[in-house]
Amino acid sequence: MRMLKFLLQKELKQIFRDPGIIRVLFIMPMVQLLILPLAADYEIKNINLGVVDHDHTEYSRKLVNKIVASGYFRLKDYSPTFKQGLKAIELDKTDLILEIPAHFERDLVDENKSTLFVAVDAINGVKAGLGGAYVQQIIGDYNQDVRDQWIQTPRYDEQPTIDVVSSDWYNPNMNYRVFMVPGILVMLVTMIGSSFAANNIVREKEMGTIEQINVSPIKKYQFILGKLIPFWLLAISILTIGLIIARVIYGIVPLGSYFTIYAFASIYLIAILGLGLLLSTYAQTQQQSMLVSFFVTMIFNLLSGLYTPIESMPVWAQWVTKFNPVSYFIEVMRMVMLKGSGLADIGFQILAILGFAVFFNGWAILNYSKRTG
Amino acid sequence: MKQFLIFVKKEWLHIWRDRRTLFILIWMPIVQIILYGFALTNEVKNSNIAIFDQSRDEATIQISDEIAASRYFNLVKNVYSYKDIGATFRKGKIRMAIVFPKNFRYDLLHSNRAQIQLIADASDPNTANTLTNYASSIINDYQQAVNQNAELPYTINTQVRMLYNPELKGAYGFVPGVMALVLMLVCTMMTSIAIVKEKEMGTMEVILVSPLKPFRIIIAKAVPYLFVSLLNIISILLLSVYVLGVPIVGSIWLLMAESTLFTLTSLSLGILISNSAQTQQTAMFISMMSLFLPTLLFSGFLFPIENMPWPLQVISNVVPSKWYYIIVKNIMIKGLGFESVWQETTILIGMTAALLGISIYKFKIRLA
Repeated sequence: MRMLKFLLQKELKQIFRDPGIIRVLFIMPMVQLLILPLAADYEIKNINLGVVDHDHTEYSRKLVNKIVASGYFRLKDYSPTFKQGLKAIELDKTDLILEIPAHFERDLVDENKSTLFVAVDAINGVKAGLGGAYVQQIIGDYNQDVRDQWIQTPRYDEQPTIDVVSSDWYNPNMNYRVFMVPGILVMLVTMIGSSFAANNIVREKEMGTIEQINVSPIKKYQFILGKLIPFWLLAISILTIGLIIARVIYGIVPLGSYFTIYAFASIYLIAILGLGLLLSTYAQTQQQSMLVSFFVTMIFNLLSGLYTPIESMPVWAQWVTKFNPVSYFIEVMRMVMLKGSGLADIGFQILAILGFAVFFNGWAILNYSKRTG
Repeated sequence: MKQFLIFVKKEWLHIWRDRRTLFILIWMPIVQIILYGFALTNEVKNSNIAIFDQSRDEATIQISDEIAASRYFNLVKNVYSYKDIGATFRKGKIRMAIVFPKNFRYDLLHSNRAQIQLIADASDPNTANTLTNYASSIINDYQQAVNQNAELPYTINTQVRMLYNPELKGAYGFVPGVMALVLMLVCTMMTSIAIVKEKEMGTMEVILVSPLKPFRIIIAKAVPYLFVSLLNIISILLLSVYVLGVPIVGSIWLLMAESTLFTLTSLSLGILISNSAQTQQTAMFISMMSLFLPTLLFSGFLFPIENMPWPLQVISNVVPSKWYYIIVKNIMIKGLGFESVWQETTILIGMTAALLGISIYKFKIRLA
């Protein structure tokens, strides 16, 4: 125990006497947490609309006004022919063309029906799907307006009609930031925690100071614990700062309890720091450990469900995410902060992450050898 | 010229004889393209849903069946109370719940009006919206079948055509983005240690006393890596077409030429980093860690750039992969010709020239 105390003293001094580290550890995550959520906004709004109006009547103008007034669309292009409208899509000026055929108003009034054409740039499937659906919804409303104008609404519905009412739980304003901030915070804590842990033992190897530890009576587990605890404390304080930023700047108040978040984070950090230490027991130079941790970081980052939903991935990639500790923490963070899940709801995730913690740290202790070469 | 060729040969042997690094440089992009090309997509499918059916009649069962049979939904649970819905959401098991009220069919046939409630987990807003739309359109189809297409007066039909990507596949938007991301990171990393390595090893001195001009030294460093990059481009394009199923609609030669230009830009960026850094470690840190997030975010394939606040939109303009992403989309997927990408091409050429210019200007012919 006394031995551990001295080790901790040494590690903490090493960290706090290097002003560069403190700067990187605290300023970098804060700046990133302030900037990244602004960039990571996937709300579908501001769809650029191109209109090809062959009709030029009151009706066609009313329709266009109604679409623009909805707030989802911005009128960016008014072309005389469809071909020219298409040109605007090719140049990325517009995302969606609404073509109103000639005699739109006359057909609608005289022949009781009329057809509109919509063409969507579908390279971005989600944006196209939602844009098309919005436009159809607005046209449907407009259609109802026209009908109300011509026929008196009967007291009873003449045809069986199903009303679809949708409600959006947990994020009724559909604010994308509420979704991204908890995930980004997890990513920052992970990247900083693991990369510093990964570099730490290697640095002692490169500087030659590991020799001194190897000839001392320090036990292997004491050595690993001595490395783990200081970084654990640092990461927890970064998490705390992040949660404060989320609350003060982004106004995200967790629906669940902070206790649940910290309980999960404590175990999670042991796992992720263990992984960092494990990598550094294998690497011989800081360069090697950096290459490997970059590759791991990239996979952790992109296959974590932070940017794209895990259910959309092919089955084998979903299996990869099961071996990615980050994906569990992101899931838990979103569940607790947005949906108010409690400890009982995240039982499975806690077990999984406990498994990771035992596995990585056990392996790191086994693999750390006090012999050189 | 002869000196130059000899120098290129020297650089080439450096790469060729370090088989392990060469192996990594060629395989890394392949693995990454496959991994991220398949896994990164926001196509919504197989979303888990629960149904709370308080009526359990012919109509609700038929609607439930149709929803469960569609490829967008995966019915995992029948729930029996609103409280249950909340609990299932909190466990993270479902994305949406569908609620049928009591006497659904009776109301539909007798008072001609019945209600279905869709409750979406909007913590992910886009998925919630997409799911609500899909479910509504399935319910709508059912309703039209019930009405036997009886026509209402004054009806506006809307025909929607999805251009370029009729099946709304996620890969069409993501694969060009992954191409830009991987090419940019790999090519920058390759050259970023080229010059600084000579500084660290002490061989820089030998090069500096040679009669070669800085301009030629820098170009000679880049040429062998350009060949490796060409190999990477070819393998990435083959994978995109044959493994990821994204066709090349436009001219393949134009696409190759533009890709070569883009790798030149990235190689030049790497050279500039290598020139400014003092240690290989710093060079690698800059080219990997600090380029990863900007490339990922500002290419525009994960998050639309037009949604960002304007300072970030301005910053995105200096990220070469943003321009390459536009070029690839236009040529590969929209099938457009050079006239549609000349602006982006000019920007990439300008960036390459500027990066190389700064490197040559900053190249020190004296050791510190």
